[in-house]
Amino acid sequence: MATHNLTRVVTGLAKKNLPACLLKRTSINSFVVTKRHATHFKFYPDPPPIDCGPTEKMNLFQSLTSAMDISLSSDPTTLVFGEDVAFGGVFRCTVDLKEKYGQDRVFNTPLCEQGIAGFAIGAAVAGSTVVAEMQFADYIFPAFDQIVNEAAKYRYRSGGLFECGKLTIRSPCGVVGHGGLYHSQTPEAHFAHAAGLKIVIPRSPIQAKGLLLACVRDDNPCLFFEPKILYRAAEEDVPVGDYTLPLGKAEVVRLGHDVTMIGYGTQVHVLKEVAEMAHDELGISCEVIDLVTITPWDEEAVCKSAAKTGRVIVSHESSLTGGFAAEIASTIQKECFLNLEAPVERVCGYDTPFPHILEPYFIPDKWRCFEAVKNVTNY
Amino acid sequence: MSVGRFINCAAIKAAYVSSFRQTFHGAAISAVRYKSTTPQSEDPLGMKIIGGPRSFINKLEFLEPKLEDAIPIYRVYDTEGKILDGTQDPKLSEDVLHQMYHSMIMLNTMDEVMYSAQRQGRISFYMTNYGEEASHIGSAAALDNRDLVFGQYREAGVLVWRGFTLDEFMDQCYANVNDPAAGKQMPVHYGSRDLNFVTISSPLATQMPQASGAAYALKRTHPGLCVICYFGEGAASEGDAHAAFNFAATLDAPCLFFCRNNGYAISTPAHEQYRGDGIAARGSGYGMITIRIDGNDVLAVYNATKKARQIAIEESRPVLIEAMTYRVGHHSTSDDSTAYRAKKEIEEWTSGDNPINRFKFYLINERQCWDEERDKALAAECKKQVLKAFTASEKRKKPSPSLLFTDVYDDLPPNLVKQRQEMVDHLGKYSKHYPLDDHEPV
Repeated sequence: MATHNLTRVVTGLAKKNLPACLLKRTSINSFVVTKRHATHFKFYPDPPPIDCGPTEKMNLFQSLTSAMDISLSSDPTTLVFGEDVAFGGVFRCTVDLKEKYGQDRVFNTPLCEQGIAGFAIGAAVAGSTVVAEMQFADYIFPAFDQIVNEAAKYRYRSGGLFECGKLTIRSPCGVVGHGGLYHSQTPEAHFAHAAGLKIVIPRSPIQAKGLLLACVRDDNPCLFFEPKILYRAAEEDVPVGDYTLPLGKAEVVRLGHDVTMIGYGTQVHVLKEVAEMAHDELGISCEVIDLVTITPWDEEAVCKSAAKTGRVIVSHESSLTGGFAAEIASTIQKECFLNLEAPVERVCGYDTPFPHILEPYFIPDKWRCFEAVKNVTNY
Repeated sequence: MSVGRFINCAAIKAAYVSSFRQTFHGAAISAVRYKSTTPQSEDPLGMKIIGGPRSFINKLEFLEPKLEDAIPIYRVYDTEGKILDGTQDPKLSEDVLHQMYHSMIMLNTMDEVMYSAQRQGRISFYMTNYGEEASHIGSAAALDNRDLVFGQYREAGVLVWRGFTLDEFMDQCYANVNDPAAGKQMPVHYGSRDLNFVTISSPLATQMPQASGAAYALKRTHPGLCVICYFGEGAASEGDAHAAFNFAATLDAPCLFFCRNNGYAISTPAHEQYRGDGIAARGSGYGMITIRIDGNDVLAVYNATKKARQIAIEESRPVLIEAMTYRVGHHSTSDDSTAYRAKKEIEEWTSGDNPINRFKFYLINERQCWDEERDKALAAECKKQVLKAFTASEKRKKPSPSLLFTDVYDDLPPNLVKQRQEMVDHLGKYSKHYPLDDHEPV
């Protein structure tokens, strides 16, 4: 639940217990405490999947560590590497893995994303299962050539003689509240255009562990973007054992019959909250779909829902123009044209780079999505 | 400052010619592996900053790269095939020597026929290997056939050595049904799983960090093997080259980096490609063992590659080999190199430093295992075989259009099933506008 800026004046001794970043001096003895915006979403945990055995409370980064731990223990060829992964990673996703599996399997690479990607592709081609990390999705672009021109095309251009299906590249993505231009991006649209890749974005710890294991075991090069704002904020009862979730399958996370809302990653939680608001304040029943896999995406599930409701909203943090919502909207209008009661609405970041202090105005927050629900039902 | 690549610059060429040094085995390796033996307590800050002990000077002195300090070029026989230092002759068996020479002639003959085929409009594109035959054959012969090869695009001789057939070469160039990649790539983008030669891709230097990673993986799963990565001096300018060297060195990958410095990257001469002492001078900057060799000397290439392979595997580290050679042919069939270099220069190299002739003279004069009569017969036999394969390849059908959609993923996702059907439906309606008769059925 988002809260507004809170300010209160504190004096003298009281200020000693507050972190310096929250204090602003207004006079010799007075300070104003400004609390930054809290998150723009409310996390909706899922119950654990049935038949997956015992569970443990894990947040997103812990569930990812668990997935990598299982891959390292079940597959002796698995390698986990990237910048700073050895000490546990800047987001704690690889904690204790080096200690458990050794430096030859869990290791730091030099600071070079094109090298990480190229090295990872080569290792996968040579038969190792590879989980390579790009420290922030914003920094994946030096690796763009290797990923798009090499990884995506390896199997196609060799007729299957060589392929890098054992490659998974994972990277923190998404709005985090203060990331600005270079710690907030989700580059799914740039890569969606490269046939041959699979792109997956989980919404929660349970989803992330199962999907990461699925990517690791999938015989195609996969990009796995992890919404960093969920690393600590999202906590669920996650199965401790080995399980996978299907790639290429969207999930209806809330059933409804008036409006279809499609999103992925953190935005699924925003949409879930909007669905509650629509129900409570407008009496509108919204169906919320988590796309899960960006490419290849589940056209069938999405079009089935769009045909049912006739009113669709697609929403993602990434910018509007050329964003993945355009792809979904285009397909929906072609496949479900006669079922539509209103044009497909897209609620996305604006066509600007990610701003820092102006982030609350940039992101497709619940109010913009709520307004889209009104638009799509009042057409 | 650059290494001997100026066009018609006699002085520099003389320097190039005179700076050979014959070294082999232990003597060649003067660079010490940069791992400090200084206990942490003696220079803790140095250990943290540069990973080794530090020394200090009180004079303000800059390091200046000098032409006279250029890394010398290792060669075994001269331009007439005459052995310079007997200890360096690996004394290979006649069988091996003949196989090497045969491969060079076969490669050369195939290049001539396929180049002409492109000029006649029979294939769309071709790249010759003229002038680099010794680099290919010498290095390939020094490897284990299970060592994984990552090439750039001008290493067909490696495939010839390993047994890629003329049919396989031509089926790829003709993009016909026998190409395992279903004609998906331009000509000369060969690949062979059986021969451990990774399929060529057009972007330059992308194979280099891949080679580093493959070597790292193979070190763990197939100890005793190495990876060799071929690239040109132009490709060495790419960021991927830097990444490859740094990763292989820091992660102890048994990878041989074989640079074919042939003087040109399309029209760009080497002295416009770099300002330092070629590619070899970069090696020590990465902590890599390095050698510069005469790429037109089969035995120099052989010796260096063999030793490099041993080092890479036994010590689990990359080795950089810079083979100095000359691109006699045009960059490709899309290039006319007389637009940027004098014909005279090409003639000087072809007559003065010809890898095939130098090896032939070695065989005839040093080893007495060859003669001109056999040479003529070999040339005729190669031409005959090449033409036979060429004729057969040209007649074969092109792959089915349905194969357009295969191998994007390991299986066909729903969107491609749908798109394939759309294409099939379209061809059903507009078949007469497409050359379907040339292809296997849809």
